[in-house]
Amino acid sequence: MATQQEHKFKVIGTRPIRHDGVDKVTGRAQYGADISLAGLLHGKVLRSPHAHARIKSIDTSAAKALPGVKAVITAQDFPEIGPGMAAMGELPINPQHLSLNCIARDKVLYDGHVVAAVAALSPHIAEEATKLIKVDYEVLPHVQDVVEAMDDKAPILIPGLGKGDDGEPTDTNVANHIQFARGDLAAGFAAAEVVIEREFDTSMVHQGYIEPHNAVAQYSSDGQSTIWVSTQGAFTARDQTAFVLDMPPSKIKVIPAEIGGGFGGKIPIYYEPIALMLSKHTGKPVKMVMSRADVLKATGPTPGSHIKVKMGADKDGKITAAEVWMAYEAGGFPGSPVGAGCMCVIAPYDIENLKIDGYDVLVNKPKTAAYRAPGATNAAMGSETVLDEIAERLGIDPLEIRRINGAKEGTAQPAGPKFGQIGFLETLEAAQNSDHFKSELPQVEGRRVGRGLASGFWFNAGFQSSATVAINSDGTANVVTGSTDIGGTRTSCAMIAAEVLGLKAEEVHPVVADTESIGHTDMTGGSRVTFATGTAVYEAAQDVLNQLKGRAAKSWKVDADKVAFQDGVFTCTENGAESMSLKELAGKLPRTGGPVAGRASVNPRGVGPGFATHVVDVAVDEETGKVDVLRYTAVQDVGKAVHPSYVEGQMQGGVAQGVGWALNEEYVYGEDGCMQNTGFLDYRMPTCLDLPMIETVLVEVPNPGHPVGVRGVGEVPIVPPPAAIANAIYNATGVRMLDLPMSPPRVTKAILEKNG
Amino acid sequence: MHELNYEAPTSLDQAISVLAAAGENGRMLAGGTDLIIQMRAGVRQPGQVIDAKKVPELQALSFEAQTGLRLGAARACCDIIADATVQQHYPGLVEAAGLIGSDQILARASVGGNVCNGSPAADTTPALIALGAVCHIAGPNGTREVAVEDFVTAPGQTVLAPNELLVAFQVPAPQGQAADCYQRFIPRNEMDIAVVGVGSCVALDGDTCTAARIGLGAVAARPLLAKEAGDALVGKTLDDAAIEAAAQLAQQAASPISDMRGTAEFRTHLVGVLTRRTLKAAAARAR
Repeated sequence: MATQQEHKFKVIGTRPIRHDGVDKVTGRAQYGADISLAGLLHGKVLRSPHAHARIKSIDTSAAKALPGVKAVITAQDFPEIGPGMAAMGELPINPQHLSLNCIARDKVLYDGHVVAAVAALSPHIAEEATKLIKVDYEVLPHVQDVVEAMDDKAPILIPGLGKGDDGEPTDTNVANHIQFARGDLAAGFAAAEVVIEREFDTSMVHQGYIEPHNAVAQYSSDGQSTIWVSTQGAFTARDQTAFVLDMPPSKIKVIPAEIGGGFGGKIPIYYEPIALMLSKHTGKPVKMVMSRADVLKATGPTPGSHIKVKMGADKDGKITAAEVWMAYEAGGFPGSPVGAGCMCVIAPYDIENLKIDGYDVLVNKPKTAAYRAPGATNAAMGSETVLDEIAERLGIDPLEIRRINGAKEGTAQPAGPKFGQIGFLETLEAAQNSDHFKSELPQVEGRRVGRGLASGFWFNAGFQSSATVAINSDGTANVVTGSTDIGGTRTSCAMIAAEVLGLKAEEVHPVVADTESIGHTDMTGGSRVTFATGTAVYEAAQDVLNQLKGRAAKSWKVDADKVAFQDGVFTCTENGAESMSLKELAGKLPRTGGPVAGRASVNPRGVGPGFATHVVDVAVDEETGKVDVLRYTAVQDVGKAVHPSYVEGQMQGGVAQGVGWALNEEYVYGEDGCMQNTGFLDYRMPTCLDLPMIETVLVEVPNPGHPVGVRGVGEVPIVPPPAAIANAIYNATGVRMLDLPMSPPRVTKAILEKNG
Repeated sequence: MHELNYEAPTSLDQAISVLAAAGENGRMLAGGTDLIIQMRAGVRQPGQVIDAKKVPELQALSFEAQTGLRLGAARACCDIIADATVQQHYPGLVEAAGLIGSDQILARASVGGNVCNGSPAADTTPALIALGAVCHIAGPNGTREVAVEDFVTAPGQTVLAPNELLVAFQVPAPQGQAADCYQRFIPRNEMDIAVVGVGSCVALDGDTCTAARIGLGAVAARPLLAKEAGDALVGKTLDDAAIEAAAQLAQQAASPISDMRGTAEFRTHLVGVLTRRTLKAAAARAR
C-alpha cells in the first residue's frame, strides 16, 4: 500500500520478540511499587471529602502523636508558588496550579484533592494517622456541569481567572477560548441541500491504566535528591517536581521505573513532590502508592464535554460549511485538551467555510490530563455522527461522503496549516476493500444488528529527544534513550539502530536512562517516541556507522569515503579484496582509536499526522439497551510500521478503550459532588468478554519527515470508536444516540421514545 | 490498626459456642469473597472471624426425591454448579450460583455466604426464593427455619441474631413438570453486580400452570418474592398474555431506587423484561 518507493528493510517491518518481554512475563520487571530501599518509610495522603471547600484550618497534632508516625505535612510545608506560566521543554505549564493540584493550600477544588500527607513506619500506621488529621472546612457550592460552570452565577473555582476588557482580572470559570474560522459560514449554509445540527454530551472518562501512580523519593542532606517513579517522562517528572518544590531541576534525579500503562495520565506529577518533601522532613526514603479509588478520584481523567455541531452539504455530498462549539471540562485547574479537539474536529475533511469555538472550563472535578489523542474522541463523536446523518439524508454511502470530502496533501487543516503527505483517502479505500466491509451483517436471534463507520484524525507530536548508541566488543550495540516505554518503543528504537548497523534486533540492547544519564528527552506522549526518539537513534546509529567506517579506513589506510557498508560488512571500494564484518571491527576498536559511541539530540519537525477509519458491527438488545460489539475493523495510516505487531496492538488497545468510552465508562457524581464509582466494578471498562478480536488493516503511507517513514500510531485509534458505534446503533435501531456513554438505560430510553 | 482472631471450628456445636462467645464482635467466614473485601474497605470490622468451611453440616450437598436438596451454607459454588443432580433439578440455581464471579471466585464463594451478605442484588437469593427454599438456622437456643424471602431484612442485614448462623438451605424437590430459571441484567458481559435479577420457577400440568414463584433482586431494600405475580399464573396457560400480566404484577411489586447502577425507571422496565424472559425459559424447560 506504500506510495513511496519501497525501502528494502531487513529489520524494520519484522516482528522480533520484545526486549522487555522476558522481564515482564517472569515478574522480574521493576515497577514503581516494587522499589524498596533500606529504612523505607511509607506515605499516605488525606484527601478532601468535599467537591469545593475552603480550608479554614488543619490540626495535625493527633496524627503526629501516633506512634510510628515520622512526619505530617500540609501545603504550609511547601513553597508558595507564584502565578504565571513557565516552559517545560516546549510545553507551557502553570507551576502554581501544578503545585496546588498536588496539595491544596486554601481551597479544595474536587473530591479527592490532597490536603495533607503522612510518613510512617508502615502503610497501615500512615493510613491510621491520616484519619487523625482534623481539617476544618467551609463547604462551598460546587459546579460540575460544564455548561452551568460557564454561567455568570456559577460558583467560581479560581478567583480572577479571566481578564476583562480593561485588563483587570475577572471571575469566571472559562479559562480559555479558542477559535478557528475561515470562509463565509452563512454563504456555506445557504448553499447546502441539507443542514444538520445536533448537541452532544460526553462524560468524563479515565485512562484506566492498571498500575496506580507511585513514587519513592530520597532527599539527601546535600540537597541532591532521587525519585523512582512510574512516569511517562523522567525529565518532565523532574522538571515539574522542581517547579513545585522550587528547586533547580539539576538537584533532582528521576529514575524511571517500568510503567504499567499511562495513555497520557502519567505525564503530570502527583506524589513525586509529596514523597520528596516527606523524605526531607524525615531524612528517610519515602514510598507512596495510590489505591484505585485515589487514581480515579484525583488523577488524570479526560474531560466530559458539551458539543454542538452544525454541518451542511450540497446535493453531491460536498460539505459547504461546518460550525462547531465545544466546551470541555478542565477539572479543578485550567488545561483541558479543547484546543486539540478544535484542531482535530472535522480535520479529515476539506471544508472551505468553518468556525470552531472551544472553551476550557473549570468544574469541581479532578484536573484533567492527557488521554490518547486528547480531545479528539469527544469531538469526533459530534462531527462523525452528524456527517453520517447528512450522508443518510442525501442518500450517499457513508464511506463515499468521506471520500468526496476527504483531506489530501495540500488540504488546509482547521487551524490553517496545510497537510503534507497523508493517507486518509487510502484508509477509506482499504476499509472499503476489507473483508469486514464486504461481508454481510451477521444475524443474531432476538437482537437488532447494524454496521457503522467513522474516521478520525490526530496530528501526532515531535518534541525533543536524545539517544546514544555504543558498540560492544562482541559486535552488539547498546541504545540508550530517555523515553520511558509505554508502547514497545524500546524495541522499535532498537530495530531502527539494528537496521542502520546491519545487526539483528536482538543484538541491540535498548536501555531507558535516568535524567543524569542521557540528554534531555521530552515525555512519552503524542505518539512521538518512535518518530522523534527513533530519529535520534537513527542519527546516533549513523554517527556510529560513520565512526566505524573511519576505523575500517584507518586499518586499511584509505580515506573514509572509500569504505562501503552493507549487510554488516565493511568493504574497501579502493581495494575490493579488503573486507571486515562489523563484529571483527568491534574487536579491533581498542587498537584503532578506542571505543565507538554515537550520539544525537533532535527536535524533529517532520511530524506525520495519523488518520483512521473504523468499521463496526453491533447487536442491540432493544428491550435492555445492551449493545454488543460483534465485529470491529480498524484501518489506519500508520506510516512505515517498524514492528507491525506493536502497531496492531496500539490500534487494538485504542479501539478497546474507545469501546469502553462509547458504551459504559463514565464518572458518576452524587448530589454532594463526590465520585461514586471509585473502582473497576462500577467504573465499567470493557472486559475481554465485551470485545471481539479487533481486526486491523495497516495502511503504510510513509512519512517523508522521518528517516524510515514513521508516523505516530498510538493515539488516533481511540478517535473513531464512539462515533462508529453510535452510527452502528442507528443503523440497527433507527435511534441517534447523542450522549456518551451509550449505556443500556440511555439506549433503552431512546428506543422506547422512538417506539412511542 | 485493626486486630482480629481467626478460628476454624470442626463441628457445629463448636462453631455455635465460638460465635456465642464473640457476640456482636463475631462474623462467620465462608469463602470470604465479600467479607474480606468489606474488612479491607473498613465496612465490617469483626474482632472474631469464624471459618465455616470445616463444619460438616455446612458442607452438605445431597438430593432426595421427597425432601429435595440439602445445601450446606458454606459449600463452594463450583461444587454446586458442577453437580449433575443440581443441574438436572435446579438449572436456575446453577445459573445464579455460576454468576457470582470468575472460576477462582466460584471456588471460594458459597451460596450461603451470598445470601448472608444480605445484598439486595445477590444473584442466588432470588433464585432460591423462586425455588421456595428454606433457611435452617442454628444457635445456642436450638434451631429454627425461615423462608429465604424473609431472611434478608435490609441491605447487609438478615434475621440472624449475633449468636446464630446459617447451617443449610432445604430446597424443595421439583413437583412434576417443573423447572426454574435465573437471569440478571448487567451492562457488560462479566464482572458486574445485577442491575436487576429475576428468578422464576414454574410447575406445569400439560399446558396449565399449577404453581409459580418469582423472586426479584436489586429492586428493593431486600430480595423479594413477587407473590401476586406468581399466583396470577396458577391455573393459566403460560401464553404471552398470561406472562405479560405476571410481568406487570412483578413490576408493581418492585420498588427500586436510582443509583449509579441504574435508574428506578430502568430497573422497573427490566423487571418486566426479565420476568417475561425467565418465565418463558422456565416453562420451556419444564415442558
